Amino acid sequence: MNQRTVMDSGDITRSITRMAHEILERNQGADDVILLGIPSRGVPIARRLADAIEKAGGGVVYVGSLDVTMHRDDLRRNPTRAPSPTYIPDGGIDDKIVVLVDDVFFSGRTIRAALDALNTIGRPTAVQLAVLADRGHRELPIRADYVGKNLPTSRSERVFVRLSEIDDTEGVIIEAAR
Amino acid sequence: MKHLLNAGDLDIAEVLTILDTAETMRDTNKRSIRKLPALAGRTVALMFFEDSTRTRLSFEAAAKRLSADVLNFSAKGSSLSKGESLKDTAQTLAAMGAEAFVIRHSASGAAHRLAHSGWIDAPIINGGDGTHQHPTQALLDAFTMRRHLVGDDRLGKDLSGKKVVIVGDILHSRVARSNLDLLSTLGAEVTLVAPPTLLPVGIGNWPATIRYSLDEAIEEGPDAIMMLRVQHERMTGSGGGFFPSPEEYHRLYGLNMERMGKLPSHTILLHPGPMNRGLEISAEAADQDRSVVLEQVENGVYVRMAVLYLSLANEATA
Repeated sequence: MNQRTVMDSGDITRSITRMAHEILERNQGADDVILLGIPSRGVPIARRLADAIEKAGGGVVYVGSLDVTMHRDDLRRNPTRAPSPTYIPDGGIDDKIVVLVDDVFFSGRTIRAALDALNTIGRPTAVQLAVLADRGHRELPIRADYVGKNLPTSRSERVFVRLSEIDDTEGVIIEAAR
Repeated sequence: MKHLLNAGDLDIAEVLTILDTAETMRDTNKRSIRKLPALAGRTVALMFFEDSTRTRLSFEAAAKRLSADVLNFSAKGSSLSKGESLKDTAQTLAAMGAEAFVIRHSASGAAHRLAHSGWIDAPIINGGDGTHQHPTQALLDAFTMRRHLVGDDRLGKDLSGKKVVIVGDILHSRVARSNLDLLSTLGAEVTLVAPPTLLPVGIGNWPATIRYSLDEAIEEGPDAIMMLRVQHERMTGSGGGFFPSPEEYHRLYGLNMERMGKLPSHTILLHPGPMNRGLEISAEAADQDRSVVLEQVENGVYVRMAVLYLSLANEATA
């Protein structure tokens, strides 16, 4: 298999730190910000972002997870997946700025499902999107507000994010089509 | 998972997937909108050849919470012969667009027949067949036990080492059979308690401890105790004479406050409902706060949502 690593552990940390600063700048602080990671790898990235925001002087940011499985429009096309837990911080998302956090941004369908899922939970003031890697090939009119790294890929390539919290290694890898 | 016919067919990974999925279904209860779009546009048929209002309502609530459409068939008043009617009914409902079938039937094996006859090609969920199986009841019981006995980090966990006592008419109980199968898979230790007349032949081969005395079983300090409903028609005389009188049954096998008092303080009380107060359980015992009977009813909806979702979300891989 032809694989190449496009981000190593240091790149990931630097990207997350930069995105944390961008979130603080855009929202004039992080008082009303809630980070909701999309399972599975969006959740540890959201936690790292919260740590980076705190280190940058933005105070404590609440982190939750938002499972979007039940809201996907491609349930019938893929193997049945068991949903992951959704955890919304106490106080809910009403009148907050929700930053959705995911690892790879591709067609946009996951984020569309996430927006539907948010509708069932409450009404945030604004929803923003932070992704570690944007590989393009959007199928819906959705764009990210914070991007760790833009990865020009071909549609047949696959992108994997590996994080120490879930995987034993750390890195962003592009695998060429076989 | 294509069909759910028998609690014993599920391996540990499948059981944990269902229980964990049911936990996420339960979380939706906290949301402002409780409906999920996962099965929008899909149709679930509920075929009830035997009356069971609460099981039917539970499946109906589960299907509707997932945005599925529901076709209800009730055989009440129907005089069709059984073999014919099962095939005709299923094929008729399939022709009307049903994509999954929940079947309740008084004949043991009816769900299996429907799944393997070739009459229809769709997921079949056993909603209770004769004295054989009632797998979603066992799943909701296990789900309820895990919530109380395992604690907050229960996702992915089984019931290893938990002691469960099941009391009553084991002979006729599909709930007891299904629970024994599922609890064994989950690693729990099961004790069955009944008068000898209400135990099936060959029970020595079941993976359970058999006791004829409820008091002895209580002394062992179970984590959960499940009282089975005693059917009125099986009580005495013409019904088969399985025990001399309701009073004697209540004295020897009924759960009263005195027996409750001898159980460990964390022990939960389950009952598949509806309860015969004063027979298998005293009215006082039925109403105290260690009883999780109403929670079982609530959890039944989440477990059935999980089962419908996992069998229907993608039929292509089933």
